[in-house]
Amino acid sequence: MASHLATDRSKTLLRVPGWRWPLAPVLALALGLFGFVLRRAPAAVAGTPWEAALDWLPALGLSLHLRLDSLSLIFALLITGIGALVVAYSMPYMQGEQGLGRYYASLTLFMLAMFGLVMAGNLLLLFVFWELTSISSYLLIGFRHEEAESQEAALQALLVTGAGGLAMLAGIVLIGQVYGSFDLGVILAEPTRLRAHPLYGWALGLILAGAFTKSAQFPFHFWLPKAMVAPTPVSAYLHSATMVKAGIYLLARLSPLLGGSIAWQATLTTAGGLTMLLGAWQALRQHDLKGILAYTTISTLGMMVALLGLGTAEASQAALVTLVAHALYKGALFLVAGAVDHETGTRDVRLLGGFWAYGPALGLVAALAALSMAGLPPTLGFVAKELGYSAALEWSEQAIASGGLALLVLAANACNVALAVVLGYRVFFGEPGGPWPRKPHGMPWLLVLPGLLLAGASWLVGILPGLLDGAVERAVGLVLPGAHAGHLALWHGWSLPLALSMVTLASGAGLYALWRRRPPAPCGEPRLSALAAYRWLVYRALPGAASGLTRTLQNGSLRFYIMVILASTVLVAGGTLVRSGLLSRGSLSSEAYAWPELLMTALLVAAALGVVLAPTRLGAILSLGAVGSMVTLLYVRFRAPDLALTQLLIEALTVILLLQVFHYLPPGFEEHVRPRRAALEIAVAASVGLLMAGLVLMANGVQFAPPIARYYLEQSAPLAHGHNVVNVILVDFRGYDTLGEITVLATAAIGVYALLRVRRRKA
Amino acid sequence: MTLHLVLPVALPLAGAILCLAFYRVARVQRAIALSSCAGLVLYLAGVLWPLLNGAGYATLRIGNWPAPYGIVLAVDLLSAIMLSLAAVVGLAVLVYALAWFRREPEEPLLYPLYLILLMGLNGAFLTGDVFNLYVFFEIMLVSSFGLMALGGERGQIEGTIKYLAISQLSSALFLLGAGLLYGLAGTLNMADLARKLAASGATPYTAIAALLFLGAFGIKAAVFPLFFWLPASYHTAKTPVTAILGGLLTKVGIYALCRLYTLLFPVHWAAQRSLFLGIAALTMVVGVLGAVAQGDIKRLLSFHIISQIGYLIMGLGLSSTLAMAATLYFMVHIVLVKTGLFLIAGIAEQVTGTTDLYAMGGLLRRRPFLACLFLITAMSLAGLPPLSGFYAKLGLVIAGLQSQEYWVVAVALGVSMLTLFSMVKIWTQAFMKKATTAAGAKEQLRPGLYVAAVGLAALALVAAVGAGPIYGVAQRASQQLFDSSAYLVAVLGR
Repeated sequence: MASHLATDRSKTLLRVPGWRWPLAPVLALALGLFGFVLRRAPAAVAGTPWEAALDWLPALGLSLHLRLDSLSLIFALLITGIGALVVAYSMPYMQGEQGLGRYYASLTLFMLAMFGLVMAGNLLLLFVFWELTSISSYLLIGFRHEEAESQEAALQALLVTGAGGLAMLAGIVLIGQVYGSFDLGVILAEPTRLRAHPLYGWALGLILAGAFTKSAQFPFHFWLPKAMVAPTPVSAYLHSATMVKAGIYLLARLSPLLGGSIAWQATLTTAGGLTMLLGAWQALRQHDLKGILAYTTISTLGMMVALLGLGTAEASQAALVTLVAHALYKGALFLVAGAVDHETGTRDVRLLGGFWAYGPALGLVAALAALSMAGLPPTLGFVAKELGYSAALEWSEQAIASGGLALLVLAANACNVALAVVLGYRVFFGEPGGPWPRKPHGMPWLLVLPGLLLAGASWLVGILPGLLDGAVERAVGLVLPGAHAGHLALWHGWSLPLALSMVTLASGAGLYALWRRRPPAPCGEPRLSALAAYRWLVYRALPGAASGLTRTLQNGSLRFYIMVILASTVLVAGGTLVRSGLLSRGSLSSEAYAWPELLMTALLVAAALGVVLAPTRLGAILSLGAVGSMVTLLYVRFRAPDLALTQLLIEALTVILLLQVFHYLPPGFEEHVRPRRAALEIAVAASVGLLMAGLVLMANGVQFAPPIARYYLEQSAPLAHGHNVVNVILVDFRGYDTLGEITVLATAAIGVYALLRVRRRKA
Repeated sequence: MTLHLVLPVALPLAGAILCLAFYRVARVQRAIALSSCAGLVLYLAGVLWPLLNGAGYATLRIGNWPAPYGIVLAVDLLSAIMLSLAAVVGLAVLVYALAWFRREPEEPLLYPLYLILLMGLNGAFLTGDVFNLYVFFEIMLVSSFGLMALGGERGQIEGTIKYLAISQLSSALFLLGAGLLYGLAGTLNMADLARKLAASGATPYTAIAALLFLGAFGIKAAVFPLFFWLPASYHTAKTPVTAILGGLLTKVGIYALCRLYTLLFPVHWAAQRSLFLGIAALTMVVGVLGAVAQGDIKRLLSFHIISQIGYLIMGLGLSSTLAMAATLYFMVHIVLVKTGLFLIAGIAEQVTGTTDLYAMGGLLRRRPFLACLFLITAMSLAGLPPLSGFYAKLGLVIAGLQSQEYWVVAVALGVSMLTLFSMVKIWTQAFMKKATTAAGAKEQLRPGLYVAAVGLAALALVAAVGAGPIYGVAQRASQQLFDSSAYLVAVLGR
């Protein structure tokens, strides 16, 4: 009864569909971190950041150093705040999905990693968190794991950001080499040292590769629209509000170190500007709500990168305010898009329209957020846009450069205005273009509230910019040491930026009119694009090269393997031998030239040739026996009776065993080898022989120290009580070796028995 | 006197003999095998490590013959690290094999061969004598032949023959090198050799001897272009056998190179740097491209053994104390993770009834815990932080850039990317994708399989969390290798 009441209450009082008890700690974590950051915010703004450090891997310079200054503060508040809202939103949104444990675990992992990323006071630690965000992003994009589209999009995001991450790691290590430390405090205390270093260019390029891939800058932007297959709360949180801004964070954080050079300025403004325009243009051609949101996100990220590239106080301030404004309004718009999708089953703007009737509250959220996106007063979006224009206008002494830049920004902003109208007006008040897959039925309030809070925050900070002013001012000082920007304000008086804002609105309205006349139609991928290049690399070139190379090398032929191994040994060892010039100095004692040895050697060579040339298997076996016998004779000749006896026994045994199994060997002895292949094999075999001969010639008579064998001869009888020195060595001096050799033989017997047993079982 | 140093050899040998004696009593066999493996772990943790932490070295003169006339067992931190890896992984794979082979026809011969393999590994890590090293290499080889052919299927025999033939080349090169050294210095004790070779300085004779050993151990370690035997044979063995061979056996080649180059050929070590780094780069690239081309999980993982060996060779080739420390940490990481991955692949094989990635599927839905286990170990292999592979590769990257060998660092990072790519391939095909067929799948898995896989994954996590202290040990081991005077005194007594 009690439990029944409890569940009943959770349904009626809380009315939170999708509530599960494991979500309590996740929400508590997000809110707790938010509170943690908020409590330390005044200190950060005052310039006395909170810090904690713990040595982790001193051998490599990796320490668990966390630091909350005002640049971190701005990001950390967004990460934890939006994190909590997205978790709340996910409850109704994800209700009934499979694998929710995985979903929330990945989301929490992401939140912690992103939080750590912006707090890291050690570059290696920053990299650790950076990669963790990539992994959690991979898991979340691939959440609907059975769909091929998810699999591909997740892989794409992982490979692009992962490759950039590895480049960045190399850049970080280079910086660490220059400073002898990875601690950001140490590095940023002396930013000029890197710029004077010859490795500066490499460090810059590698770090930028990391930042550009993560923040979806041209030409690495293509993964972000594909990542929209993730559940919408994930898109809102990772792929718009926070993770894609990690690159912006890195650029801002390292701007004192890497910035200020022509290379920095040129790369950032070019890549950022291109991304800004390309993203805006592509966004106009999307008919999927999330596609529009993704491309406008790319465009705004490009604007932030370009602003950071300008390297003035105003531009940095504009970048930071744009970042906050974008996170708030774009997060809200994503959540709205998700709610619309959740209710109607479609995100196609050509079908959508008139949703106001089903969700006026949601319409309000959309309108609030869209106004900020369009940059109308009194929203933060307006403040950001004004700052952007004045930064562009004041950037250069030359009016043409400044004016041109301002016009480019205006073009991108106008697209944003047009699309804000699509998102905030058309979906709710336009004419529906066709039937929806689902009929809306009472939206859960948790699909509305998080968006409302975000959009509301965008208005609140717009009306009271003082809330953000202190943090931004301090952060600008971190991005550009010693620089000061003016105070944030909603109203700057009648000025050129305001005029530009008005032109923006007008041209945005015009663009919307054009857009409405010719709504976007689905278009194929262009043949020459970054995405096409990626696909060619990953699906054609790489697998082709991999299997081609592997088939050539690992071709299954033992002959080939042995030939390659022998040839490389000869090349390396023989090359050294020839270069050493020892061969000419080698000497042969005169007794080696006596006729019995010469005869034996000639017979030995003949027998060896006989093995190779024998037309039948029997002939080859017998020739092999002859080779062994000649070796035995040589041993006898050089007064080694023990060796000769052993060799003779082995040879006899080998021939007998081979003849014993003769009848079981498969028929067909001769192998046909192409003449060129045969010539190669003969050459390799001959060079192995020459190498061995050369080695013997070289080592003959060279001795650095007298052999220890004398000890055995002297001590065998008195200490080991044996007169046969060889025997004493085998069983006493080096008895441990003999134990090993016995084990080898016994083990071989076990192995043979195992094989025979299988035969018997099968028979 | 530290007579107990023979235990890592004597314990498995005694176990093997007893297992043969109780050939028909499976339960007793299992108990013997388990207790000798567990005994090894206890011995190392309880006796050897405390001893080394104090003294730094432990030696034993076999038969009490004075060095260099008898055989000396000499343990430094490098040996101790290798012995510990062999013991821990040996125990884990045994637990796995106990579950895998239970009541299978191969079972009674598996345990003796397995214990002899461990004996061979331990003997190689213990010895301070070049010829004795050869003997233990032969023990390892012969027992691995037997293990590899267990089951007696046609493909297995074919793989084993290729392995056997190429291993013979390695043995020949080893003997040639040892013979050359004996001819030059008239001794086989490594410390004695070190002293006598050092006295003669850098000569072409020793340079060539070093290269012969590089060839011999390069074949064992499966470096480019000597690796062919590995992809031809490893995947044919039963999965627990593949796990122990793939996890440990190739690393013995690296161990031997570390030992001989630091002790006997320090003068040629830096001179042959570009050879080492060239081999390293090609081994990494060819190995990982081979892995990318595979559609069978066991073959794919086998090719990765090769590419990871490339990293170890790279660390060895950089020849700095930091690079050596990173190499040793890499060794700890890769032995745990690689073996773990094979064990996980084996479980996936039992669940789906196949090792063909394109026929597998649905494991994320059916076995979420296995998926989690795989993800952790696979990401660790790919070197993603904060897992063990990251610290291993980071150390190599830092050491490489310190030595200004930029291109090999670039190759290492690129290969890391391709490793990630091929791990994601397994993840996509076996775990994310919908299940295709369930033919031949076992529904009931014995818990031993999971116990072993979880144990190794947990140890890999411990290696990540404890990266600081482990790097500390690795650094001390590396310093021991770079300053061998204390080793010489410990072995020769003067």
